[in-house]
Amino acid sequence: MIEVSSLSYSAGSTPILHDISTTLERGGITALIGPNGAGKSTLLHCISGLEKPASGSVRIDGHDPFAVPHRQRARLVALLQQSPALVSRLKVRELVSFGRWPHHQGRPCPEDEAMVDRALTAFALTDLAGRTIDTLSGGQRQRAFIAMTYAQDTPWMLLDEPLNALDPRHARDLMARLHALSRDGSRSIVIVLHDINAAAGWADHIVAMKDGRIVAQDASASVLTEATLRDVFDTPFELLHHKGRPVVVAR
Amino acid sequence: MAERRLLWLGLALLALCGAFLAWQLRAPMGFILGLRAAKLGALVCVGAATGAATILFQTVAGNRLLTPGLVGFDALFVLLQTLLVAALGGVGVAMIPASVRFGVELVALAAASALLFGLLLRRDARDVTRMILTGIILGVLLRGLAEMVQRMMDPSDYAVVQQAMFASFGRVDPQQLAVAAVVLLAALAAALRMAPALDVAGLGRETARGLGLNHDRVVMVSLLLMAAMVSVSTALVGPITFLGLLTASLARQVTGTHRHAVLIPASAIIGALILVAGQFVFERLLGSQSALAVIVELFGGLLFLVLVLKRRRR
Repeated sequence: MIEVSSLSYSAGSTPILHDISTTLERGGITALIGPNGAGKSTLLHCISGLEKPASGSVRIDGHDPFAVPHRQRARLVALLQQSPALVSRLKVRELVSFGRWPHHQGRPCPEDEAMVDRALTAFALTDLAGRTIDTLSGGQRQRAFIAMTYAQDTPWMLLDEPLNALDPRHARDLMARLHALSRDGSRSIVIVLHDINAAAGWADHIVAMKDGRIVAQDASASVLTEATLRDVFDTPFELLHHKGRPVVVAR
Repeated sequence: MAERRLLWLGLALLALCGAFLAWQLRAPMGFILGLRAAKLGALVCVGAATGAATILFQTVAGNRLLTPGLVGFDALFVLLQTLLVAALGGVGVAMIPASVRFGVELVALAAASALLFGLLLRRDARDVTRMILTGIILGVLLRGLAEMVQRMMDPSDYAVVQQAMFASFGRVDPQQLAVAAVVLLAALAAALRMAPALDVAGLGRETARGLGLNHDRVVMVSLLLMAAMVSVSTALVGPITFLGLLTASLARQVTGTHRHAVLIPASAIIGALILVAGQFVFERLLGSQSALAVIVELFGGLLFLVLVLKRRRR
């Protein structure tokens, strides 16, 4: 369980998050939606212990990410960041192996290698394992970084816009993979999504943010109403149902 | 594969050192060997220190164009030496034993660089262009400060400083060389011990922190080790700006890896190779004494331009 209580964050003198309190239950996929600049990425950074909030507190399964040792934090929560820096001459397999660093601290054992193999298979990277990162396409690169986050093998995976640059097939594969992971109970997933329909199709819970505040939070079906979406995005939407699934269309 | 190439580099360096010592050796053999060994020791120490320090710096700065020399690491050393002479006088400094003086300078440089570059790296780490500019301006500022103090000092004191300011492999104090070698070996061993952490740091500050690396601590320790290595090379022969760029780029090309356990020794060996080979060619084959530093700067400078232009095209 992730508990955020009265969390505020400012970048310099610009306030980004205002007094956010929320609870995210273990298991399932929680989607963060909201317009650009709503503070979704900042909230993920605060939860994962990378940006220190000005006030308020975060607890992940009872642990304070700012108080536990760095290594323990990295075994509790993994964050996929937007546009991470690129390292030349780094092969895909080597990048994914870095996900094991919090576990082996530089001395990998056979279990670590096995986990890297599983990550490569899970994200269809086995054929690309020997390629260097800077020769990959944007989508392949994105998958390599997701695989690294997966290899970190943490109970909580926080993904900041993982569908960026992914084609429909890989986007669907990724969401299906995350869905399966969240179902077998091993991972709880918090994911920033720009595609509302991806959230509608796959997420169990939705947290809608706007201007650094949480506007709505509930089971997906309850948040996805025309009124709430119009409030969050300041633009009208139409909610349709197709084969029992909600489909959101901008008007 | 990368390890094999490292081995070949090491063997090449050994062979070259042998040739450097034995080439046209005449009587009095012991005397000439002693002179050559001191010079060889200095060349190897300076090359290795510069090579290893540059890899460390490029990793913590997240930039393949910067070198400790370019952002004024060695200028800081010259400034400290100048201030030392200005405070104690040329005679006063000369009276301090070389090892004590070296130790004091080392600690001062380590502290000053941790402060200065620690702040620089923390504030500007996300903006690479701004960091290069800030770094280069910082280098110019430090050089300017050192020059200003030098202009104000007594001419005889100035002569003491001047001796330390220009890269020259002609005169090396054996006692200083011994201290330098010990410091360098300790710094290299420490750098190799944290090689896996440096690999993670190479992913960039944000990703490295996400993986649970105490990034700020790795940066600080790297800066201290770098300060030790730069002191070694600057104290022995004076500043060489572009040697580091040359060796670090070559090390990455030759080994084709991102792993610091290979990169650091490779860069150190290549640095030593360049200096020993250069000195050998100039002194033994061309009969010219002091052109080495100039030539290294020329090729390093050209490489810098090539790298900048290549980056812009991308």
